[in-house]
Amino acid sequence: MVVVNNFPFITVVILISLGIYTLIFKKNLLKIAIGIILMGNGVNLFLVSLGYRHESIAPIYTNAPEETSMVMPTAQALTLTNIVIGLATTALILSLAVAIYKHYGTLDTDKARRLRG
Amino acid sequence: MNLLTHIPVLVIVIPLLAAFASPIIGKLNKKNLGLFVSVILGITLILTLILATNVLTKGPAIYVFGGEDISLTHPSGLFAPIRIIFQIDAMSIFMGLIASLVFFLASVYSLSYMKSHEGLEKYYTLLLLLATGMSGMVYTGDTFNFFVFLEIASIASVALISFKGTDCGEPAEAGLKYIVVSAIAGSMVLFSVAIFYGQYNVLNMATIAEVMQFTQLDKIALILLVTVLAMKAGSVPMHMWTPDSYSEAPAAITMVLVAVSQASLYALFRFTFTLYNIKMNTVAVGWIIIILGVLSMFIGVTMAIIQKDIKRLMAYHAVSQTGYMLLGVGVGLAVLANPIALETFGIKAMEGGIFHIMNHAMYKGLLFLTAGALFFRTGTRDLNKMGGLGNNMIYTAVFFIIGAAAIAGIPPFNGFASKLIIYESVYQFNPLLAIIAMLVSILTLASFVKVFHSAFLGPKMEQFKDVKEVPKSMLFAMATLAFIIIIFGLFPDLVVKNIVHPAVMALINQSSYTEVILGGM
Amino acid sequence: MNIGLLETGSGSWNAIIWIVMVVVIGIVVLWVRSQGEEKYKKDTNQTKPFLSGNPEVSKEDSHVSASHIYWGFTEALKKYYKPLVTLHTGDLNDYSGWIVLVMAIILIIVGVS
Repeated sequence: MVVVNNFPFITVVILISLGIYTLIFKKNLLKIAIGIILMGNGVNLFLVSLGYRHESIAPIYTNAPEETSMVMPTAQALTLTNIVIGLATTALILSLAVAIYKHYGTLDTDKARRLRG
Repeated sequence: MNLLTHIPVLVIVIPLLAAFASPIIGKLNKKNLGLFVSVILGITLILTLILATNVLTKGPAIYVFGGEDISLTHPSGLFAPIRIIFQIDAMSIFMGLIASLVFFLASVYSLSYMKSHEGLEKYYTLLLLLATGMSGMVYTGDTFNFFVFLEIASIASVALISFKGTDCGEPAEAGLKYIVVSAIAGSMVLFSVAIFYGQYNVLNMATIAEVMQFTQLDKIALILLVTVLAMKAGSVPMHMWTPDSYSEAPAAITMVLVAVSQASLYALFRFTFTLYNIKMNTVAVGWIIIILGVLSMFIGVTMAIIQKDIKRLMAYHAVSQTGYMLLGVGVGLAVLANPIALETFGIKAMEGGIFHIMNHAMYKGLLFLTAGALFFRTGTRDLNKMGGLGNNMIYTAVFFIIGAAAIAGIPPFNGFASKLIIYESVYQFNPLLAIIAMLVSILTLASFVKVFHSAFLGPKMEQFKDVKEVPKSMLFAMATLAFIIIIFGLFPDLVVKNIVHPAVMALINQSSYTEVILGGM
Repeated sequence: MNIGLLETGSGSWNAIIWIVMVVVIGIVVLWVRSQGEEKYKKDTNQTKPFLSGNPEVSKEDSHVSASHIYWGFTEALKKYYKPLVTLHTGDLNDYSGWIVLVMAIILIIVGVS
């Protein structure tokens, strides 16, 4: 019962752990970009599921009838902002990966590390 | 329509509008784009100085976005502040002064440093966006707004680090490492903001400070924030992005990146001191910050001695000096719940740490600008290939000596004043920490003697026969920083009494932050 | 002299008085030095240092380059430096690994106390 009630939050933990696992153990630069996107998605899911109120409708009415309760819209505004920020970050990571492939010839993090020590 | 009350938003909006106007101006009039950007950032500096005199004499200033009146914090009939509020107290304006000065000098330096590059309008757009991001980070009083400005600053600085990435691959690699680290940091900060929102249903920092009960979830948020903000400030053991990014960026951008890292340090202090204050276990968190500081100091300076690249060496020193700031403020945090110790040495330790933030921005900026001047004239950053440049570049050598003496803590420059306060107060807390700090200072001096000998001393080399002095705009930027270093070294008590001490008291007294918004409710 | 006086918690420091003392002591030192021997012939072998045996190496050949300046220091601390430099791999996965490791350690410390 606890698992069923808190199902969104358990999914959030699974998504963020998968994202961190990809960042630590995968070598390809594109897989690292996917790991960052996974982490962003996990945090977005967390934000949206925080606004949920029991048996409420979407907050899209201006003149709603009297006893309707709506979910909190602030959390959805925060999520929209984060989606746009994630878009900019993804575009930047992918363009940097293209530049690294052009100059180094590889997308492997073990080989593309001339700056060390 | 009083102009003085609208300065907090003008300081953010003027660089933002200029950032969007600069590609258009770059297409119309390519030669004077740098001059336009310098004038814009100079206006921002003057506005920040006016705001500083206002805040330091009359108390914190607030600015409410979107309400009927800019000082209406509680909208009619609602229970809590729900609009985005900028709240500028003494600690925020301290960081704001550093930010506006550093950005103005960076744009003046870039007038001649970046003159022969293509794509200059993109460079200036990104520089103005970074100025907006950093000013927003230090002036805001809203947690989600802080996250947005943090991401603006991160994305702008990544694009600036890899600005030369079209010719060779190393700047692109440095930018990639910084963006991956920043993306992790941003996601974890947003996770903590979501934890606060889920529990207390408010996003405003002062309101969270008022209603905070220290539950298990708040503990998780505290741990996430401390780790991630310490990583963005460049503390060991998460510091490895610092040498890569600082060495591959253009020289003026490195000076700006030092200030942006210190804005993350400001955010760490703001979250631990103002949001939590004595409700958390300050001894444990204070000792964690102290241990991070001591590790940063020692590992930073020992890695710096063996470097061959001049900017990588200076970047490791930036890591080491961040350790001093963490040590000073960590001692203050550890004794926050103990009023006797706080009066005896806690406030003094925090004064030393926070004074060191301003001193570090000044002399580290000067050192990076001299390294940029050396690269501009010789085309190399490798210390093995340089030599005997003191014969040709006399002004650069003098500025380098002033910067190196300041960072090593030699009187009468400003590094000695802040390090003296840190040594004397940390010694009363735990003598071993002060002794490690003094050892690190000696090793700092050793590595800068190495740089001075390799780059400036010695006979004139063949390939540097006709190297001249650097252009005047670069000399102006370096001279301003050297002048400030000497003035802060000769009259440190003026700075400490008027700017640093109000900042420390604003951090320690949580009620002075919350009563401005909540007004004693 | 109150204008430049910095009060640390357990003492005070004044940079202007320090500069004045350096100038005064410098004048005393210069006066003592001027009481020295004045009869010597300039630009002859009397003013050069004494090197016995080998001819003097030129300045360009005896210049120690930057990687070799602190050889004694780094050689003596080799046991500390070798693991430290190996830890700075430059590998992107290790950067995330360090963040997670430090977060775990701080979680244990703050969670228990």
